[in-house]
Amino acid sequence: MAGELIMDTTTQGLTTEQISELIDLVKKVHGFDFSDYSKASLKRRLTRVMMIKKLTFYDLKHKLVNDPLFFQIFLEEITVNVTEMFRDPLFYRAVNTLVLPYLSTYQHIKIWSAGCSSGEEVYSLAILLNQAGFTEKSFIYGTDVNTIVLKEARKGIYSFRSIKTYAENYQLAGLSGSLTDYFTTLYDAAAIHSGLKVNTLFSVHNLISDTIFNEFQLISCRNVFIYFETRLQEKILELFYKSLCPHGFLVLGSKETIRSDFFKKKFKVINQKENIYQKIGS
Amino acid sequence: MALDKNISDRWHNSDILLLGGSAGSFKLLFHIVKILPPNLNKAVVVAMHRKKNYLSEVEKLFADGAGMSTVEINDKDKINKNTIYIVPANYHTLIEKDYSFALDVSEALWFSKPSIDITFESAADAYYDKCTAILFSGANQDGAEGLLKLKKAGSLTIAQHPEDAVMPEMPQAAIDISAADYVLRAEEIYELLKS
Repeated sequence: MAGELIMDTTTQGLTTEQISELIDLVKKVHGFDFSDYSKASLKRRLTRVMMIKKLTFYDLKHKLVNDPLFFQIFLEEITVNVTEMFRDPLFYRAVNTLVLPYLSTYQHIKIWSAGCSSGEEVYSLAILLNQAGFTEKSFIYGTDVNTIVLKEARKGIYSFRSIKTYAENYQLAGLSGSLTDYFTTLYDAAAIHSGLKVNTLFSVHNLISDTIFNEFQLISCRNVFIYFETRLQEKILELFYKSLCPHGFLVLGSKETIRSDFFKKKFKVINQKENIYQKIGS
Repeated sequence: MALDKNISDRWHNSDILLLGGSAGSFKLLFHIVKILPPNLNKAVVVAMHRKKNYLSEVEKLFADGAGMSTVEINDKDKINKNTIYIVPANYHTLIEKDYSFALDVSEALWFSKPSIDITFESAADAYYDKCTAILFSGANQDGAEGLLKLKKAGSLTIAQHPEDAVMPEMPQAAIDISAADYVLRAEEIYELLKS
């Protein structure tokens, strides 16, 4: 397209062809497939990593091929790891009133937080379960493609600055007491109580290439689909559908919806606004 | 004012109107949404800074006042003409080349999420010279870089006159880097958009 050529010569940005080249290279060398990632975001993240690491397009290609340690750093910068405890407080209210009463009927509650990043969502859910008295019979798996953030998740230590935001979210979620009741203060940070970590496990899982590893009553995958094109979303919906027990719940981010006509029929909408779904059939 | 032919031609040739505003811009944006004709034949995107978790009625207010249908953007929504899209709080909104929206929760820019820069820059990649973008009152520098990118792509770029803005910093930042084709007062902007 003529317009595109003009753009590419007048700006520093990566061209569509350069982005495709990087996608192919990463797929070949590292087996990691970015082909069906939302392109506009991917371009921003690639441009950002080049800026932060002060790399030209050619430097970036060279490092991706020749520097074995670089790929993890690259992956950490490309994937978005921004998360909060009790992000979207109204969502947690809805889970409390619409999902937990249902989960209480199960003998064991297994939850999968897919794309858990540094663990904030896993611990938010752990607190909800704790308040409902389900800690003993529940287990939360947090997975992510990124090993660096998983290390953070296992620690469960967050800065005071972050905790301040999380505590505000906690209040807005209408929960009793204070979020700090669940933390032990360190110097400039706070650690989640070990009692809440007991029934959690963090491990590497790639939604694009890995398969089913357990059966769950609840799968939470929030603000992950926004980075994927709808075709890839559909593929992952299939993985989630197969991983859920009959009548199991799937929750997506507040601005994400099931786009696939096929899977719209496979899930019942429990709360439209907060994107809470329940599996139909087995 | 008498609109010069160049500006009104470029406005009429646009497929999408991008409105960026921060502190001091709400009343203007609300007014614009009201005066836009329902048969505009363009999509309208409103990118406005606001506090996260602030359970505002902004979307409702816009919807009630507008002649066109108004929606708060969901991820992967297709962009249709004669629709006003409100960028959601606590996400960045990007525009894809297939004329759909993609959301992003990454780091705030200029302490802002939504970032006007991000929406503008991605719009330049998708629409090239087919945008009209206007940057209004605000107390930081968000939007200036994005407006420059749109200008370089050939889109029509306008900054609100700093003397006319409640908070002049944002349009001034755009003017300082020569990102605006035109610097107009609110009344002139209304006249253009109604033309």
